[in-house]
Formats: sequence, C-alpha cells, structure tokens
Amino acid sequence: MKISIQQSDFSVALETQLLRDSNPNIGAIVTFSGLVRDLDNERQVESLILEHYPGMTESSLEKIIAEAQDRWSVLDVTVIHRIGELHAGEQIVFVAVASLHRGEAFSACEFIMDYLKTRAPFWKKCRDENGESWVEAKTTDEDASARW
Amino acid sequence: MIAVHFFASIREALGVEHINIDLPADVKTIEQLVTFLASKHGDSWAEVLGKGSVMVAVNHEMADRFASLQAGDEVAFFPPVTGG
Repeated sequence: MKISIQQSDFSVALETQLLRDSNPNIGAIVTFSGLVRDLDNERQVESLILEHYPGMTESSLEKIIAEAQDRWSVLDVTVIHRIGELHAGEQIVFVAVASLHRGEAFSACEFIMDYLKTRAPFWKKCRDENGESWVEAKTTDEDASARW
Repeated sequence: MIAVHFFASIREALGVEHINIDLPADVKTIEQLVTFLASKHGDSWAEVLGKGSVMVAVNHEMADRFASLQAGDEVAFFPPVTGG
C-alpha cells in the first residue's frame, strides 16, 4: 500500500508499473486519475489551490483503504493526492487498485474515490478571473459515497 | 492544554490558524468548547463555529458536537471536504 500527499506531479505509467511489480498474483489493475478542469460553472478556472490537514489526511486515507480491503479482495492500493496550486489540465489525484480479477478492482477503486471525496480532509480554493473562492462540497459526492 | 486547528474557510473567517488553550474544568465536550471560544473571542466565532455544516475532528478522527475532550487532545474545525 502506498499513500502519498505531495506537491509534485506523478506518472500514471510509473505508478502502475510499481503496482505490477509488487505482486505476481495481480490479474487486474484499475486506475483513476483526477484532473483540474478548465471550466467550472462556465467560469474559466486558472488554478485550484489544494489545502489539507497533515496527519489526519494520511490516517483517513489509511482507514478508507482498510475498509476497501475488508469489502473486497484487494492485493495492493496506491493513493496519491497533490496539494498546493494546480493549473487547469494538471493531475490532482490518483487511485490504483490491484486485485486477482477486475470486478474487485473496479469496485474498490470507485469506493476509495467516493470516500476520499467526502471523508479525507482536503479543501479546494478556485482561482479565476473574479479572484479566489472556496469550492463548495457537492451533494452528488455525498450521494455517491452513500451508495456503498 | 488542548490544541485547536482551523482549516480552509473557517481559518480565513476567524483569521487564525491554530490556538492552544487551557481547558476550563467545565468544558468537557466540543459543544462546550465552541461556547467557551465564543465567550472569549466574540459572536463572530459563535457564528462561524456554530454552523451546522462545520465538521470537527478530535485527534484526527471525525467527531460530533457531543464528543468528549481531555487535556492533550488535538481538535480541528473545518468546512465540508472538497478533495479529489
């Protein structure tokens, strides 16, 4: 298992390769990458500024991964979340789940993302032509998380 | 002594990132801590920290307003999370 909170970018190819190399039993790897969109409510986004709660962020992600491992047969998990200022088009978040078969990896990957969105202490501030404003939590994210 | 941290819009609204306070004997829960902070810092704190949407953590665990407090705890107040 790997959890990394970092300013720097990450390589999807490299992270996927590291998972492949970690266990010869792996039969499926599902990856999710989250990116900074250029438009939000029809406003042109210059950048997002990501803040988090050091210490609690890592422990909350550990708990989310542990819960995924309780629910599905998961061989390995990587979660990377970037912080600081990120411009439109940049990568924000990466979740990869490795398992024996695809079904478990698909479910666990979606579960981890849904829970990360509603339980991990990150906050986004949006910078656009009008200045800066905090991004509001979405009820659709709560609904997605409540499905599980 | 407990440490109290504020994040994101809560931090900006209060103008402070973190404070250490000696816990008075009658402050045993998060709810009582909010009342105590409001009495010390004014109504704006009551308004910011009293909002129903404000989330609370004690020692890095999500908590509610009835969570109990003791010396050495780390408390944090923050808005609903928006990562990912």
